[in-house]
Parts: sequence; C-alpha cells; structure tokens
Amino acid sequence: MKPKFGVVVFPGSNCDHDAYYSLKKVLGYEVDFLWHKSTDLKHCDVIVLPGGFSYGDYLRTGAIARFSPIMNSVISFAENGGYVIGICNGFQILLEAGLLPGIMLRNKSLQFICRDIYLSIENRETIFTKEAVNHKTIKIPVAHGDGNYFADEETIRSLEANNQIVFRYSSAEGEVSDEFNPNGSVNNIAGIINKKGNVLGMMPHPERSCDPVLSKTDGAVIFRSIANSILN
Amino acid sequence: MFKVEVIIKRRPSILDPQGKAVEKGAQHLGLTNIKNTRIGKYIEFTVDTDDKAAAQKEVDEYCKKLLSNPIMEDYEFTLKEYSE
Repeated sequence: MKPKFGVVVFPGSNCDHDAYYSLKKVLGYEVDFLWHKSTDLKHCDVIVLPGGFSYGDYLRTGAIARFSPIMNSVISFAENGGYVIGICNGFQILLEAGLLPGIMLRNKSLQFICRDIYLSIENRETIFTKEAVNHKTIKIPVAHGDGNYFADEETIRSLEANNQIVFRYSSAEGEVSDEFNPNGSVNNIAGIINKKGNVLGMMPHPERSCDPVLSKTDGAVIFRSIANSILN
Repeated sequence: MFKVEVIIKRRPSILDPQGKAVEKGAQHLGLTNIKNTRIGKYIEFTVDTDDKAAAQKEVDEYCKKLLSNPIMEDYEFTLKEYSE
C-alpha cells in the first residue's frame, strides 16, 4: 500500500505542481490534485495545502481561500484526526481557517525573501518529523513576503508549553537567535502543529528540497515521516 | 438598500512595518511633523435589503469573519440608506 496525498489547487496556488512532482516522481507516493471548488477529498490519507498566492493574497493571505468549498472538507478531515500539512500560503490558510493559532504579518524587512535557510527541529515526536532522527537541522528554502508569525503572549506561551513549535529558524548548527530570523517571527517560529498533532503549518518549502538533482533533499524527511506514520 | 463603509484598523499592539516605511517617505519629503503613520483598509459595498437590523447583522458577520482578522485588526462601519 502506498500512502495517498491530495494536493489542493486554489486559484493562485503555484507550488501545487512542485508538491505533486516531489511526492509522486521523487518519493513515489500516490498523489491527486484536489480542486478548490470540489468537496471530495478522494480518499486521500494526507492533505497538502500548497504555497502560492491564493486569490491574489487579496484582503489578507489565505483569507478568501479559507472559505473555498474544499476547505469545509479539509476542516472536517482535520477535526477527525486526518493529516494536513500547510506549506507557506497553505500555512496562512490554516491560520485563517482557525486550524492553527496566530497570524502572519508582513516580513519585518518589508521585502520578499527567497533563499535557503536552516530550521532547527524542535519537536521530533510528531508524525511530521519522527524520521528526522539524524538531522540536527534541515536546510530548505523560504519564499514569502508575509511570513512574520505573530500571536498574543498567551498563545505563544501555550504553544511553547505544549511543544507545538516544530521548527525554528536557526543556524546550520541549530543555534536559534535573531541573527537567523529572516522575517521577524515571534521566537523564530517557522512551523507549528495543532494540539492533537495532526495539522502542521510551516513557512519554508520542503517540496522544493526533495529532488537530488537540486542538490538538496532535506525536505523529503518531512514527507517520509508522514508516509511512515500512515503505514505504521 | 444600504451603502456601507468599513474601516479596518490594525490593533495598536500590532507593529505596522508598512506604516513605518511610508513614514520614512514623509521624512524624505521634509514633512517632519508626521508621526505614528498606520495603514489600514477602507472597504465599501451595498446591502440589498430594507431591513436595517438585518443589514447590520449581515455586515457585522462579513466584517468579523472575512474582512478583518480579530487577532490583528479592529473594524468599524457606517450604514446609510441608499438608492441607485
């Protein structure tokens, strides 16, 4: 049995094909696209909300996509324990949908950032990171203008206390400090998980670092973790 | 029918890097008294009903659920009778 991933396609998604390619051609999983106007999740085991600029980022990032017909199905799926990963714009959609707490502000520098960064893996017990035992950090790219994660103090305290912060921006060695924070995110937060542990949102793009031809493959460990969580 | 004007403001506790950058432009223009620039949104639309209470309720829901995000924004709106 192969795990089946469903990649949602919103108007303005632009990493949907990257995700499809990496999951299917590089990692060999089953993948199907899920159209935003549909409500059918096609019996997928994992839902991927890809990066891009859904609905032109109008109003706020993810604000309109969150009300797409497919999102009602994704929200029910997540509430019933289904695995969901939101990458970049997908993370922003999860925040707007209330599946994860907080919000994204414009990058502190006001500039769009597109480069490789290092992530310290703060929680290796999740279904999304448990294969990362040999990785101190992972190197994957970010590409965003609104990646400055913000939540009120109480929310941050609760995320910290419940081990929900999965990734932080760091040095290659895993040092977390302002120097390695590309966008101004509170506490260098790059990725968080919900309390139940089945919904992950992350700003960096693991699907862009899977294919060895691109000379970096650290992102694959996240998809392998999910796949093995389903198979076991 | 009602004509609605909505103003969405960033909460005072939320930094506004865009406002800061724009204010730098004011400094470059020599407008040295300009302080505390903060950028929000103005949205206008009509509501196709004559029931004011119903219109207010619908606008409020629109503002709360879609036009603003309560984590970082506050909204206010005005409702005026309107005919095309």
